Amino acid sequence: MKLHTINLNINDQVRTVTVRTGDTLLYTIREKLGLTGAKPGCLNGDCGACTINVDGWPMKSCLMMAVEGQGKQIKTIEGLGNTLIQQAFVEHFAFQCGYCTPGFIMNCHSLILKKPDADDSTIKEWLESNICRCTSYIEIETAVKSALEKNKHHSN
Amino acid sequence: MNMEVIGKSVIRKEAQEKVTGRALYTHDYHSTRKLSGRVVLSPYAHARITSIDTSNARKVTGVRAILTGENIALTGESMRDRPPLATDKVRYHGEAVVLVVADTPAQGDLAASLINIQYELLPVVHTPTQAFQNNAPLVHERLGEYKKEKDVYPVPGTNIAHHVKIRKGNVEKGLAESSVTVEAEYSFSPSDHAAMETRSSIAEIRPDGTIKIMTSSQAPFMVKQLIASYFNEDLGKIVVDTPLVGGAYGGKAAVQLELLAYLGSKAVGGLPVEIFNEREQDIIMSPCHIGLDAKVKIGADPNGIIKAMKIQFLWDGGAYSDKLIDLTRAGAVDCTGPYKVENVWCDSYGMYTNHTYATPFRGFSHSELSFAIERTVDLLAKKLQIDPLELRYRNAIKPGHTTPTRVLLNQSNVGNLQECIEKLRKLIRWEEGQVKEINERLVRVKGISCSWKTSTIDPNAPSGVILTFNRDGSINLMSGVVEIGTGTKTVLAQILAEKMKMNVEKIHVRMKVDTQTTPEHWKTVASRGIYMAGRALLEAADDVIAQLKNIASIVLRAPTEDLEVANSRVFIKDNPRIGVDFKEICYGYQYPNGNSIGGQIIGRGNFILRHLTYLDPETGEGNPGPEWTVAAYGVEVEFDRRDLTYRLIRAASVIDIGIVLNEKAALGQVMGAMSMGLSFAGRETFYYDELGQVLNPQLRTYRPLRYGENPEYLVDFVYTPDLQAAYGARGVGEHGLLGMPGALGNALSLAANVSLHHLPLTPELIWKTKAGKV
Repeated sequence: MKLHTINLNINDQVRTVTVRTGDTLLYTIREKLGLTGAKPGCLNGDCGACTINVDGWPMKSCLMMAVEGQGKQIKTIEGLGNTLIQQAFVEHFAFQCGYCTPGFIMNCHSLILKKPDADDSTIKEWLESNICRCTSYIEIETAVKSALEKNKHHSN
Repeated sequence: MNMEVIGKSVIRKEAQEKVTGRALYTHDYHSTRKLSGRVVLSPYAHARITSIDTSNARKVTGVRAILTGENIALTGESMRDRPPLATDKVRYHGEAVVLVVADTPAQGDLAASLINIQYELLPVVHTPTQAFQNNAPLVHERLGEYKKEKDVYPVPGTNIAHHVKIRKGNVEKGLAESSVTVEAEYSFSPSDHAAMETRSSIAEIRPDGTIKIMTSSQAPFMVKQLIASYFNEDLGKIVVDTPLVGGAYGGKAAVQLELLAYLGSKAVGGLPVEIFNEREQDIIMSPCHIGLDAKVKIGADPNGIIKAMKIQFLWDGGAYSDKLIDLTRAGAVDCTGPYKVENVWCDSYGMYTNHTYATPFRGFSHSELSFAIERTVDLLAKKLQIDPLELRYRNAIKPGHTTPTRVLLNQSNVGNLQECIEKLRKLIRWEEGQVKEINERLVRVKGISCSWKTSTIDPNAPSGVILTFNRDGSINLMSGVVEIGTGTKTVLAQILAEKMKMNVEKIHVRMKVDTQTTPEHWKTVASRGIYMAGRALLEAADDVIAQLKNIASIVLRAPTEDLEVANSRVFIKDNPRIGVDFKEICYGYQYPNGNSIGGQIIGRGNFILRHLTYLDPETGEGNPGPEWTVAAYGVEVEFDRRDLTYRLIRAASVIDIGIVLNEKAALGQVMGAMSMGLSFAGRETFYYDELGQVLNPQLRTYRPLRYGENPEYLVDFVYTPDLQAAYGARGVGEHGLLGMPGALGNALSLAANVSLHHLPLTPELIWKTKAGKV
């Protein structure tokens, strides 16, 4: 199979990596770059555990090939630094086993960036793409709403 | 009791790891030498293997070994009926047949796709009811030859892997004396745990013979024991590591991938081999959530007082008996639900079928049996025209009553169900009525249920705790409980902080379990983590306190009886200014001239359950578990009479928890369990075709509840302490789930004016039931 040496801009660093044409971005960041925060929950876009940000938007990294990541700004959970949404997840017990958490946080992080005034239906539309099997979702709802609220105060 | 730390919503010790992506689960551990084990699965549910051709696969670059099932020992926890790789025939769709070990997953997949296996189809056993019939095809022809534990009762020549009998009182007399009887049948297919972390295991065999296994498991100590026992390995040379586990719900109590990883590593000279389940493989190959066909008959007097219950459970154990034996027993011991019944006859059969084999699912047979019992109790209420909540209140189990296995209940070993029911009545505003008309299409309806559960774990299951000090006086806490998401390790830290009256931040918990250096906790199952490890911890804390006081009494020249421990310090009770800090004595006390006394303080504690027994094979009499947690539940739906769809509005649980140890964690456990219960009740099942193939092995077709589909959750507690448990706490990890199928089934049966007897409770099921098509 053909190999490509590509540059990926991940978490504000340029990483050079050799990939197969068939390597997904998820496989590449986990297995080649050691960024294991994104999780392989289903490998076909159903569960959202591998969600990262690409140019600020949430993206399921199992649905994107590594070679498609060139020229994009990629952010993974490892690139976040004590954001409002991470604090809110801790404070509101919005995780238990923690496996879906990086995906949920990256999705919420994009939501706060792109839709700072998100209403209930927008939040639902965004977050229903991820599955959490431990919590009741109420905890995640409380966390994301409190982070959205705090974000408004910060930006005002 | 005035508590400083217990009951507080202390933040989880692993919280920062988990919100930064730095938390590591089994498949996150990397090494460049790690080989990939890929498994070829059976496409058929029941078929004879006529040939396996691996010649083309062996030519693929990177392939190190290809294994098939011959000459590998049979495995199985209670009965050895399962080859790790199928030999002669396959018994379920998804069964492992060939293992390929290759340098990379892609090479392994390519090789796997080139393996040619020929099958000859056999008749499929689709349901436990079919399996129970005299002329059913046999899943295991040589059932009588399997090695088994002594309390396993298979019936050779049939598909019965295990039979548990409950014979209490005189059921025929009880039914004859009843003025009213109701009788109904129920069934539902197996389903899945769908933990977000799929299962994975890595094994390697070191040059000195040490077998190192890392695995996503609830039972690392069982992995060690079973590998030693199955393959005649030296127990002390097996070391099992379990890091954080990404959800388990019972599904990771089974030992499966560990065996394949071990066999794979052995075939490549001991190099590390990982078996990582992709989702489809996790769903069909690895063990699943059990199905059930049940018959329930209840007799009662005109006031609704239950006189007798006659019950038959046919558990859908799937192709192998692994944990089916225990699930069959667990269903039997609590078969009546939480009600006083003097005359009980229950036959609980663990049945073989051609489905994926079953393993524990949160609640361990109880949410399943509860659906059958609670639907029948509602049928009884309807027939007698008695309020279903009142009927449950009248029959509620209490101290002084006996369980189906004739355990006499007391103020400590059972919670207060009547108080749970009373609190539920207020919580769901029962007095406003069960049915509320919204308009000609929509109606809001409430359904209720109750549950009880004891844990039926091994009578000699151990739990141990070791405490060591750091030189700054902080404490390291080591327990074999696995952090599967329940927050147990943090709660243990809280218990220790409370006991030592010290800052919980000064207690460091070891998250990872390693069977060589962590004291054994049998398995992290059955809501028994805090119950057992909590007691072991209190004993270890007492040990540490005694040692601290011994040294301090010399330093302070005071008898130990006059000393008190708090704030990381030992001091004189009536003059706290005279004291010594932990850090000055936990590694020995040194006098100014250099003389030293005492030494490193190491605390140890253990716990073993008391007075548990095996069950009598003819009557079921015996003591299966330490305590019964009881609960009452309500679910409110908005039902659309035109298209038979519904929306979950509200779900409520009132659980007798004994005491809340960590408020937000406890609420999280209960609400999360309710969510899982509603998902199981309303949407989760495997769909099979006529060949027994699972048609929905993906999370888009096997679809758990998602964000925004959840109802509002109402949770309340009752506080009846369990005197045997640390601070009186009862198990609570599973209980929110148990009553959801029954309560939802009761709500929808009333809403749709039809009696629903199957799961999941989909609009299609309601339509089919109304049309008489099920």
